[in-house]
Parts: sequence; C-alpha cells; structure tokens
Amino acid sequence: MWLINSSIGRKLVMSVSGLGLILFLTFHMAMNAVALFSGEGYNMVCEFLGANWYALVATVGLAALVVIHIVYAFILQIQNRRARGSERYAVTAKPKGVEWASQNMLVLGIIVILGLALHLVHFWSKMQLTEIVGGHEALVYQGLAIAPTNGAALIAINFSNPLTVAIYVIWLAAIWFHLSHGFWSALHTIGWNGKNWIKRLEVISNVYTTIIVIGFIAVPLLFLAQSLIDSNFVLEYVKNTL
Amino acid sequence: MATIDSKIPEGPLAEKWTNYKAHQKLVNPANKRKLDIIVVGSGLAGASAAATLGDLGFKVKCFCIQDSPRRAHSIAAQGGINAAKNYQNDGDSVYRLFYDTIKGGDYRSREANVYRLAEVSNNIIDQCVAQGVPFAREYGGTLANRSFGGAQVSRTFYARGQTGQQLLLGAYSALSYQVNQGNVELFTRCEMLDLVLVKDENGKERARGIIYRDLVTGEIKRCSAHAVVIGTGGYGNAYFLSTNAMGSNGSAAMQCYRKGAWFANPAFAQIHPTCIPVHGDKQSKLTLMSESLRNDGRIWVPKKLEDAKALQAGTKKPNDIPDEDRDFYLERRYPAFGNLVPRDVASRAAKERCDKGFGVNNTGLAVFLDFKYAIQRLGKQAVADRYGNLFDMYEEITDDNPYETPMMIFPAIHYTMGGIWVDYELQTSIPGLFAIGECNFSDHGANRLGASALMQGLADGYFVLPYTIQNYLADQIQVPRFSTDLPEFEAAEKAVKDKIEKIMAIKGTRSVDSIHKELGHIMWEYVGMGRTEQSLKTALAELEKVEKVFWSDLRVVGVADTLNIELEKALRLLDFIEIGKLMAYDALNREESCGGHFREEHQTPEGEALRHDDQFSYVACWEFQGEGKQPELQKEPLNYEYIKVQTRNYKN
Amino acid sequence: MEKNISFTLKVWRQRGPKEKGAFKEYKMQDIPTDTSFLEMLDILNEQLVNKGEEPVVFDHDCREGICGMCSLYVNGHPHGPSTGATTCQLYMRKFKDGDVITVEPWRSAGFPVIRDLMVDRGAYDKIMQAGGYVSINTGGVPDGNAIPISKEKADLAMDAASCIGCGACVAACKNGSAMLFVSAKVSQLALLPQGQVEAARRAKAMLAKMDELGFGNCTNTRACEAECPKCISISNIARLNREFISAKFKD
Repeated sequence: MWLINSSIGRKLVMSVSGLGLILFLTFHMAMNAVALFSGEGYNMVCEFLGANWYALVATVGLAALVVIHIVYAFILQIQNRRARGSERYAVTAKPKGVEWASQNMLVLGIIVILGLALHLVHFWSKMQLTEIVGGHEALVYQGLAIAPTNGAALIAINFSNPLTVAIYVIWLAAIWFHLSHGFWSALHTIGWNGKNWIKRLEVISNVYTTIIVIGFIAVPLLFLAQSLIDSNFVLEYVKNTL
Repeated sequence: MATIDSKIPEGPLAEKWTNYKAHQKLVNPANKRKLDIIVVGSGLAGASAAATLGDLGFKVKCFCIQDSPRRAHSIAAQGGINAAKNYQNDGDSVYRLFYDTIKGGDYRSREANVYRLAEVSNNIIDQCVAQGVPFAREYGGTLANRSFGGAQVSRTFYARGQTGQQLLLGAYSALSYQVNQGNVELFTRCEMLDLVLVKDENGKERARGIIYRDLVTGEIKRCSAHAVVIGTGGYGNAYFLSTNAMGSNGSAAMQCYRKGAWFANPAFAQIHPTCIPVHGDKQSKLTLMSESLRNDGRIWVPKKLEDAKALQAGTKKPNDIPDEDRDFYLERRYPAFGNLVPRDVASRAAKERCDKGFGVNNTGLAVFLDFKYAIQRLGKQAVADRYGNLFDMYEEITDDNPYETPMMIFPAIHYTMGGIWVDYELQTSIPGLFAIGECNFSDHGANRLGASALMQGLADGYFVLPYTIQNYLADQIQVPRFSTDLPEFEAAEKAVKDKIEKIMAIKGTRSVDSIHKELGHIMWEYVGMGRTEQSLKTALAELEKVEKVFWSDLRVVGVADTLNIELEKALRLLDFIEIGKLMAYDALNREESCGGHFREEHQTPEGEALRHDDQFSYVACWEFQGEGKQPELQKEPLNYEYIKVQTRNYKN
Repeated sequence: MEKNISFTLKVWRQRGPKEKGAFKEYKMQDIPTDTSFLEMLDILNEQLVNKGEEPVVFDHDCREGICGMCSLYVNGHPHGPSTGATTCQLYMRKFKDGDVITVEPWRSAGFPVIRDLMVDRGAYDKIMQAGGYVSINTGGVPDGNAIPISKEKADLAMDAASCIGCGACVAACKNGSAMLFVSAKVSQLALLPQGQVEAARRAKAMLAKMDELGFGNCTNTRACEAECPKCISISNIARLNREFISAKFKD
C-alpha cells in the first residue's frame, strides 16, 4: 500500500489529515466567534452539536484524523532520525530561508496535544462526553447546576482563571507556529506549488493561520478581561445562560 | 620498423564512412552477449561508448576513479558543442565544419577522420535532445546557437555555461539505463594500473584485460575482456597547474604506451587563452573562463610601457587608461577574426605582449578582457544574462567585479591534442585496444577549436566506436570468456604490486605534490608556449633529475593495502614524468611551428607560426623501447586529397 | 586585497565506516586569504605528510564547482558559509583571523563515511539507475528541432538539470531526505516532451529506490534549497509529489 510504503504516500497522509484538521479548526473558530457576540447563540450551536448522531460521527472522524496525524508523525520522525545516521553534526547553523517552525513540528505538535488534552478536560468531557454517558450536568458552579449544552457558561467559568488563559495562549501560539508551516507544507506535499506559487502559498498560509488563531484567542482574552474588570461578571453571565 | 596502416576506407571523402559501415563485419545479437568489453573512463567518450555498447548487447564493464561516472572532467566544459546543422542558415555545412577543423588544427590531422567527425556531429545533437539535454532554445522553440573561435558561422549548441555538464549527464543517464538493463557493470573508485596482453593461438598479442586498484580497499584486482577501450582523457596535468581536474591523469594512456601502443603527437598541447592568472605558489589548479566570453569581451593591454609598469606596480587602475592608449592587439593583428581567433593564436599573442613587458598584473603575466564596451552596447542586463554566472565565478575567485573593472586573463594548459595513436577504426597499434575521446591523438591536429572536444568525445562514443569495434570483435566470437588466472594476468599483477612496493619503500622526504610542482615548473618553462631546441634539451635533462628525485627522495605515508591518496598521486606522477619526456622528445623532433606547438626558431617575420609541410606533414608516433630508453619515432604521413594545405590566415 | 590569517581547524578523522571517529585540531598559520578552502587543506596535508602523518582524506576533483565531488560540512553548512557555491569555490577571505573552523563529513545514513571527510554517495547512482533517464537507444531519434520546446520550459528544465549530485541537500536535511536530488531529475525530464512519455514510471521508480536506500521523508523545511550550491528550488519537490501522486492514482 503506497500510503504506508512510500515516503510521498506517508507525507500525503500527513498532508490530507492535517488539512482536515485545519478545516475543523476553521469551523471551531467560527463557532467560538459566536460566543463573542451572544452566549445564547453559542449555546444553540452547542445544543446542535451535542450527542446527536451526526455530531458523534463527525467526532469519531475527527478523532481518527487526530490519531492518524499523530501516529504518522511519530513514524516519520523515527524514520527520519534513522535516515540521519548515528553521528550528529558537532556544529549546526540554521540556513537563511528556513522557518524555525518547519524544523520543530514534532515539538510543536506535542505542545498542541498537551493543550488539546487540557481542552478536552475543560470542555468536551463536560459537554459531549457527559451527554454520551447520560449525565445531565456538566458541573456545579456556586450552587448552580450547569447543563452539558451550556457551553457559554463553561467558557465564562474556565476563562476567568488567568492561569488557564495563559496556558491557552501558549497552546494557541504553538498552533500558530505549527500551522504556519503545516498549511503551505501540506499544499506543497499534494503537489500544489511552483516557482511563483511558493511565495503566495506562504503568505496565504500565514494570513489564514493568523486569522484562525486570533479568532480563537479572542474568546479567552475577552472573558478574562471582563472577569477582571467586574468581579461579578462570571456569576451574572452564568445566571443569564440558565 | 612496422609500416603504419591507418585503414582509411576507399572512395571519395564524403562516402568513406558510409562505405565503411556498408562493408564492415558485424556481430549478431546472440554473440554480442558472449563478448565482454572493458571501458576505462566515464567521461563523454567513455560513458557514451559504454552506454551504446551495452545498448547493442555487449557485456560492458565501465571503470572510473571517481565515486560516480558523473564526475568525469568532461563535466567542466562550459561553452558548447559544434554541429553542422546549419539551423541558422548562415552557410554552414558538413564540409565547412570539416574544413574549419582541419584548418584550425593547422593541417596536422587526418582528412577522413575529421570528415567523419563533421558528418556525425549532427546525430549527436539529435541524440542529446532525445535524452532530455536542455539545450538553450529560441522563443519559437527551436535550438539556439552561438559563435565560437575559429569559425565564421554560429554552429555551437549550448546549455547555459554548463554544456559539458549537461552532455555528460545525458551520457551518464544513458549509462545508468544500461546498468539498469544489466548490460553494464560499474566499477567506481577503481583505477586501471596496467593493461594485460594475451597471445592468441597465432602468437599475436591482444589486449585482453586490465589490472586495477580498488581505491577504497587498496586491493589489486584483475579484469578480463575481449576488448579494452580507454577513454581516460588528456595529460595536461603534467604541467601541475592546468584547467584539468585534480584527478585527471595520463596514466592509463601511459600503461598502454608501455605495453606497445604508439603515442602520437605528444607535443601538441593546447594552451587556452582565457584562464584566471596564477595568483600564488599555493594554487592547486587554474580556472578556465569560457571562450564564449570572447564573443563580447575585448582583449587589450596598454599601448605605453609606462602604463603597463604602473598597472604592475598597482599605481594605476585599468579604467585610468583612456581608450586611445589601449592596444586591442587581437583586433589589430587579426582584423577578420578579431577577438575570435583560434585559441593557439590568441594565447601566443598574449604571451608576446607579456614577454614585451605589457602584462597588466603584479606578475606581469596577464592581459585584460574588457566588457565595458559590451555593457555600453548591450546594457548591463544583457551582459549579465549571457555571462552572469561566469562573472560571479570570477568575482568569487579574484574578488574583482568584472562589470566594473576588466577581467584579467592569461593562457593556461587546457587540452592535449596528442594521445594514443589510433587508426580509422579507433584501434591502437595493439589489437583489441581502442582509444577514444581526448585520450587518442584524434581529429584536432595541432590545435583544437572551441566546442569541438565535446563533439569528438561523443562522436567516438556514440557513433564511431560502436561500429568499428564490431569489425574487430566479429573475429573473436569463437573466443570464450577469459579466466583471469592466466599467467599473463598473474605477471601483470605482480609487476604492479612490485612497483607499488618499490614506491612505498623509498621513504624519502619529499611529498608527491612538491615533486609534481617541480615537474610542472619545468614543463611550463621549457615545454610551454614557446619552445626552443635549447629549452627542450634543458627540459629532458631536468626531467631526468626529477625522476631521480622521485625514486630516491619520495615519501608516501601510510600503507598500500588500504585507501591511500598519496600512493594514488605518486603512481600518476611517475607517468606524468614519462609523458613530460615524451612531449619534450616530440617537440624537439618537430622542427616547425604549428598549432599549439610553437618552436621559436620557426616563425614568420610577423611572429606567426611557420610550418614546414615538406618535412613535417606527418603524425609522429612514438614507440616505447623500455624504461630509460629513448622512444623510437615512426611517421604516418598525412596526405591531403580534398583540402588545399595553406598557411592559416585569420587576418582577412 | 591579499593578507594572511591564522586559525584553528577542527577536522573529523575517521579510519573507516565501522570505526569510531573524532575531531582533531590543527593550528594553521599565515594562510593567504586568496587561497581556496581546499588549497588550505592541501597546505595542511603537505604539512602532515612532511611530519610523516597521514593526510586528511576528502573528495575533490574539478575545483571549479561543477563536478560535485567536494563535500565538506564547514561550520554548520554543507559547502561552507557561502551561498550558491561548492566547497571548492569557498575562499579563505570568508574567514577571520583567530576563527575556529569545524570541518565534518556529510552525515546521513545514506552516505556512510569511507575515511575522514570522504563519504560514499553510491546511493545517488543507484537512484539514477532506477529511472533517471529516457529509455532510448543510441541512434534512431528524430531531428533536434523536430519537437519545438518553449524557451520557458527549456529554461525550467535547465534550472533543474543544473544539479551536480553533490549530496548537500541530504547533508543539510534534518530528515536525511534526498527529495531535492530526486525531484530535480524527475522535474527536468518531466518538463521536456522527450521525458514526458515515461514520466510516471520514472517518478515511481526513483522514489521507490530512494525510500529503499534509507533516505528520510521530506518535511519541506527548505534547508536543502537554502544550502544547494546550484540553488535548485523546492518547487521541483512539489512537481515530484504531483507526478508521483497522480501516477499512483492512475494505477
């Protein structure tokens, strides 16, 4: 099977799974953006994407993409280390024109996974997972039971903690670096590139990645800022969502 | 003395090759599989021959000293390859290419060979295009041409400034295809150290194999075949400093010579006019700047001696000298060809000016090649498009910017027209031993025109040898594959081992390079651009001394039975000393000036080369008589039936 | 223009592929700045030989940047700090008095060390033999002008064809991938009508051989392109990807 046996095949798998994940991030970011404007609207989205069959199918698909992407990343890494030989260079210098991210994709990827784990604990386990196992409340906040579909409340509660927000910022920065290389690289791997396109793709990739990451980062920052300005903000906000 | 049969076919000049092919003997496909051929060398000639012979069905073993066939020094040819396509409609024809080559060679080459070369030149272009060689193209999609020294038509095909590279990679890919097909076996990092001759049932000695050294393990090994082809290039590195690669050597040719193959016209060495001047005593090689630069660059030295002195002292810059004080000596002396005279003429003219004290750098051994006028005429961009990479290379080496200050150039040893004598079939005087490319004495006479080396190498390899070798092999189909256990192989291997042992046992104080530099100095001083009877006799005496130093004071560190770069160089140096002597003998014998060989006693009042056709219209074939003995001269007369022999004239 | 510099050379010395190597330091005194890097090593070797020590073994041949034989990793860069140049085109004026210059061989599983700084690049020959050619015989080909080729295509093919097979791309790649080398040959031939005929077959065969010989997977870091002495673009890699993937989908 050439997707396993050939180097370009393996890279194609990385590329396509990566592009799929970028597509997911785009949807996710668009969804989050709703929370910036209306908690109610955001919760409608959460309800829509709860433990319904289509959302579950999509989740399984998504999980598969993540697993494939990670497994292939490790396979490639091991093969590449082996190809490098047993001796390392004593002196190395980064040549001009080489992005830092491109040479550190695995490290960035690991940071992304760790962030993802935390993110799943913060949100997904409280929401979709809780629904799946038949639970009716995500958590209890100051005596108020929060429903698993009440994403807006979870956002407000989680992002009132400055430490959590700081971790999210680092996580998203890693995603930015990972994508700034990964996006054009994925397109390059499927063969979309040429003398003129190489610059264009890099610009497109940087702009797109920046938009996505800003979209994500805006939510925690906004909610943290509001909770810092007004100490009652979270409680008020949560009450409004009930 | 044996009579020399060059086996020129009967018939009119234009039909000789066709007639030959029509009547030669061929080997049928089933028999080809049973015949082994050794090809030594993987340059344009070697690789194209090995690929084509493999493609025909012979079992080929191809040897090279580098790590890959693609490294051969053919790769460094910059300018282009000639062919009589007449795509430019400027009056070119097979006859004109033939005529220009004979004339360029100063009437010292064989008519029939040169005509055949011109004839097959067109096939080479077609073949290379089909291989995917990215020749330069016009916007309309057709092949582009440029002009070159010694011709009045544009017949040179090129791939930027890397024509040699592209043609070699074409041949290398054809070779790779045949390796894939199982017809060719490659022996990389292996150096031929002797030729093995085996007597046939009639007692006739034939070339049947080689002894070689695996350069990585140091092992001495044997290889046998029905025929041996050598395509190992020229011997310019006898001068130590030359435009050749560091590894280029004349050893394979010398081994053949020692086994009885005649060495022809060794004195004919080409000195290329446009090289970067020598800058110091640590220099390891000279870098060629493509001859194509002479299309747009103008060569000059100051008119006034005081200006030259000021340039040498560094008190004046080239651009301080006004146009009216510049002596464009090639344009002055040769109005018709101007800066595009053949290489030997341009080199000698530069030497003449420098000898008179007009040299322009601190050593007084350089002339200017100026692009100021081309930039004024065409604009900087156009000049950069044509020569940008060469200018960058020049700047990298010299730290001077040729867009602003003229380049400095000086002649350097570049190509050797002399080599192993071959007949029309490219067979040497030893049956079963063939020589192709620069390694044979070939088609260039006393001087080679630019862009003709690539042409000859590929002509020999693709289109000539694969035919002519069959005429020999057709008689060999009954001969079974050889065992390398034959006593002849054993003896040859022992001789090689003894020689190595002897060299390793010297344990003196001198490094190989230091002796090689001494040799080079002697060659350049006494067997260089201008030779006299006195200088050549001095050379012979000095060479004896160098040989003594070699055998008494050489130091080769390390051991022989492993990788040993000093030993490799020592073995080659020994052959260079022998070649040096051979060149001096030949130059001494040839009491005339022609092409690259200039005897100062023989010049016209204007300082042009003066030939003596009545006495020297022959190929000088030198036969080895034993170590330390003077070789014996045999003459192959050159008869010109179709061309009127004239004095070369590039003036009008 | 001319001046002399003194510096310390740290050179990798290794007897054989299986033996352990180590750096050895040499003090170089008064080296003229207009000597080339390899001439500087010649000077070192001359000194070593005069002391009865074995010279440093390194590959070199044409010394004008075209044969692709020279292969030194100097101060963290294949072919040294100059861009668009091979080791033999590197001059000592690039260095300063008192510098420490570290010289290493190409390091990659595909290029085992033979001795000191000399490595075995036979793998490149094997990749070429797998398909880096147009399968034609000598003779029997159409006239050179029979198929017009646009200047643009011919120039692009020439850009790719200028690869000298030195291995700097593999040496520079943190993945030890030979994709730039393979893609340059695949591109050159795929761009020209003569090579188009078997383009799919060629891409598959050359890539399979590259993988088989243990070269790594390309991750588009662009280090190869940055260090290539002939400035070959990674857009060739995209073309190889395209050729290969479309060939596989057609199967």
